[in-house]
Amino acid sequence: MPGLRITSGLLPLLAWAGRADAELGLNFPPPVSTVGQEIYHVHMVTMGIATVLLVLVFAFVIYSLIHHRKSRGYEADQHFHESWFGNWSWVIVPVLVLGVDLTIAGSAEKTLEAIWTVPKDQKLLDVKVIGHQWWWEYQYLDHDVKVESRFVAEDKAGEHYLRDVDHRLVLPTNTKIRFLHTSADVIHAFWVPEIGFKRDAIPGYITETWAELTKEGVFRGQCAELCGTWHARMPIVVEAVSPQRFADWVRDQQSLKLAAAAEASSDRTWSREELLAKGEEYYVTKCGACHQPSGEGLPPAFPALKGSKVATGPLAEHLNIVLNGRQGTAMQAFNSLNDLEIAAIVTYERNAWGNNTGDVVQPAQVKAAR
Amino acid sequence: MSTATLTHEHDHHHDHAPTGWRRWLFSTNHKDIGTLYLVFALTMLFFGGASAMLIRMELFMPGIQLLEPDLYNNLVTNHALIMIFGAVMPAAAGLANWMIPLMIGAPDMALPRMNNLSFWILPAAAIMLMLSFVVPFFPGGGSQINTGWTLYPPLSLQVGMSMDFLIFAIHLLGISSVLASINIIVTIFNMRAPGMAMMKMPIFVWTWLVTAFLLILVVPVLAGGVTMLLFDRHFGTSFFNAAGGGDPVLFQHLFWFFGHPEVYILILPSMGVLAAIVPTFSRKPLFGYKHLVGAMIAIATIGMVVWAHHQYTIGMSLGAVKYFMIGTIIISIPVGLMIFNYIATMWRGSMTFETPMLFAVAILLMFTFGGLTGVMLAVVPADLQYHDSMFVVAHFHYVLLPGAVFGLFAGVFYWLPKWTGHMYDERLAKIFFWTNIISFNITFFPQHFLGLAGMPRRIVDYNAMFTEFNVVSSLGAFVFGLSHLLLLYIVIKTVRGGRRAEAKVWEGADGLEWQLPSPPPFHSWTTAPQVR
Repeated sequence: MPGLRITSGLLPLLAWAGRADAELGLNFPPPVSTVGQEIYHVHMVTMGIATVLLVLVFAFVIYSLIHHRKSRGYEADQHFHESWFGNWSWVIVPVLVLGVDLTIAGSAEKTLEAIWTVPKDQKLLDVKVIGHQWWWEYQYLDHDVKVESRFVAEDKAGEHYLRDVDHRLVLPTNTKIRFLHTSADVIHAFWVPEIGFKRDAIPGYITETWAELTKEGVFRGQCAELCGTWHARMPIVVEAVSPQRFADWVRDQQSLKLAAAAEASSDRTWSREELLAKGEEYYVTKCGACHQPSGEGLPPAFPALKGSKVATGPLAEHLNIVLNGRQGTAMQAFNSLNDLEIAAIVTYERNAWGNNTGDVVQPAQVKAAR
Repeated sequence: MSTATLTHEHDHHHDHAPTGWRRWLFSTNHKDIGTLYLVFALTMLFFGGASAMLIRMELFMPGIQLLEPDLYNNLVTNHALIMIFGAVMPAAAGLANWMIPLMIGAPDMALPRMNNLSFWILPAAAIMLMLSFVVPFFPGGGSQINTGWTLYPPLSLQVGMSMDFLIFAIHLLGISSVLASINIIVTIFNMRAPGMAMMKMPIFVWTWLVTAFLLILVVPVLAGGVTMLLFDRHFGTSFFNAAGGGDPVLFQHLFWFFGHPEVYILILPSMGVLAAIVPTFSRKPLFGYKHLVGAMIAIATIGMVVWAHHQYTIGMSLGAVKYFMIGTIIISIPVGLMIFNYIATMWRGSMTFETPMLFAVAILLMFTFGGLTGVMLAVVPADLQYHDSMFVVAHFHYVLLPGAVFGLFAGVFYWLPKWTGHMYDERLAKIFFWTNIISFNITFFPQHFLGLAGMPRRIVDYNAMFTEFNVVSSLGAFVFGLSHLLLLYIVIKTVRGGRRAEAKVWEGADGLEWQLPSPPPFHSWTTAPQVR
């Protein structure tokens, strides 16, 4: 039975007090992409027209409420509906409304085509955006770089709690970027209000959107499609930097990746302490959202690992579930992790929280189990 | 809510109305079944309202204080389903049962036994729906329904057995609605009094005729969709599972093919109520009767073919989004004509402002507002921002509370004296109206700003930047929720007693129902009235 858990009562209150002088957001944040600016324009035009219409309706109703009331001795006009106006209003009103409709649709149409059609015959930076329960994966297809972006706990995120991540989506300004959206499990949606649009991440589909960022800075958003338990904990943070700094960043990421790969594939035997230390770090980031840092999970959807049959039972089965997932549950296959990561995580899970199996799993064993 | 003692004097000659629980369980009387529907709906309104208040309590402050995330999502799902299928639709069906035979001069509904069945399926469905909410709290009950009422796969494929309870609840609710709709259509086509031509029927009857057709057309699509979900969950099919060659988006199309017309199913009967109330308290005939009939039919027809405006962000082709955008914006034409006709009915009238009229005026203003944010949402580029944000939550509550729920409240105040034979307490009713309307606006207006500032809907916890408006919204919601206790008190007080109501309760009222005494006899129109 899911129990009530009281978390974080006071901290958000302090964060709120800390920003008490900040402005209240009444409209979209200023757009920082070319498509975002066009969308903002459409929004303002449509809202303007809607406001005028609302004022008109209110004006007529309020006039009528003041003047056409019995307490003022106003005699009802029993033949108003038979006047020429009554006979022709069914033509006049729809024609007027149609005029307004066409104005709105017309103003939106050009923008729609511009944002819906990804520019052709030119260099685009391809970024594959993959939604996972509950983190984002960004693959820079042209640079062979991958970023895993996860929610950051309240004590580290501070005022940006729920809008802050461990690894940001770094993007260059003044470059046409094509986003390729998909999902590894359920439907998510990528939304950064400053960029100006959202797009669903749907398993089995890859859809494309594009944007060109015009301003450097950090822009925050979050997953917009209900994706299960921790839907509220899928922030998106875009860091827009100059193309030069972006190139440097890519180079750093590539060398980090090479170093990690070299470490993981070395034939050295890792000590129990090394594996446990790495395992705890990997476990908290990659497994903690569901199974919880305490290992107690969130049953029944996310079972406890503390004292579980899997984590204290045969090693082969444990490895199999981590590598291949479990059909029909939220447990996905983690075979995209490298051998060292899986070895460390499994070692940690089999020794933490009183699961004292004493097992130490080496990367070579994981390799053999794949 | 006429009691047996009140009705006996009218119908002793051939009536053998059962008394006690048999009267209700075996009832084939349209008035009793109408009462059952209304009592059921009012009960569900409080369940749905309690879940809404828990949601707003959790969102009162940032942080997770009260509800763990799955319970929050479970409540979000439950709130929507209970309000739509448990409160609004049965309340509208209750009004239909009570009023359609009285309005068209029929002695009862055409299919009285089916009427009994279509009501008594509802409590069973409601129990099933409640079970889907509570089953996860028992050992082995599986996970909670954390999908929202839209039940999108693949998320809904991950949920435990509570989803199966929900699917069967939807099946039962659908069967009940379709049976009630068949009954209403058959009644309207066959049971009208001599001289009651189609184009003389009150607009309320017309709106229900249109609604009943919509229900029969779209409810089976939902039933089919959730059945496919059931098969995916248990019988190895892959309708919606991409890994098996299926398509998660297919479910969205099936769902919204039902879901969008459903909005009109909820709204149209209430708009029919307005067409009765506005002329009564303006003391002049309805403006543009024929145009209204045309508008209702146009709303339903166009409303059937614009469903995918709920899915702009899935990435359809440019042609498809253009079609759905223009189609959706076009709906503003019949809706605009409808609102115009109501305002023109007030225009140059001799208005008084009893509670039903107060509600009617408030509905016209707030529904117009909700409709205009609807036009904004229809515009694809802008919707790419609004979609799935709190702006959408604000929009549809502005449409569905004024457009459906307040219309039903207005109808209850308008006809309660007719049903019970007692006048309600006008002073209390006005206090209810103002509390209700003001707190409604405090609750939902700030949510527009939250959405524009970037707060997604259906999140259990939010960043501190969204605090201010959430505090305001929650405070409004507590008053709004509690104000309905006053409604309950007024209704109970009126049923139990009060100033005697005349046959023609309202000075400006027009229509067959006002020719019958208040309350009408257990069997009314045993001799058909002659309509001029």
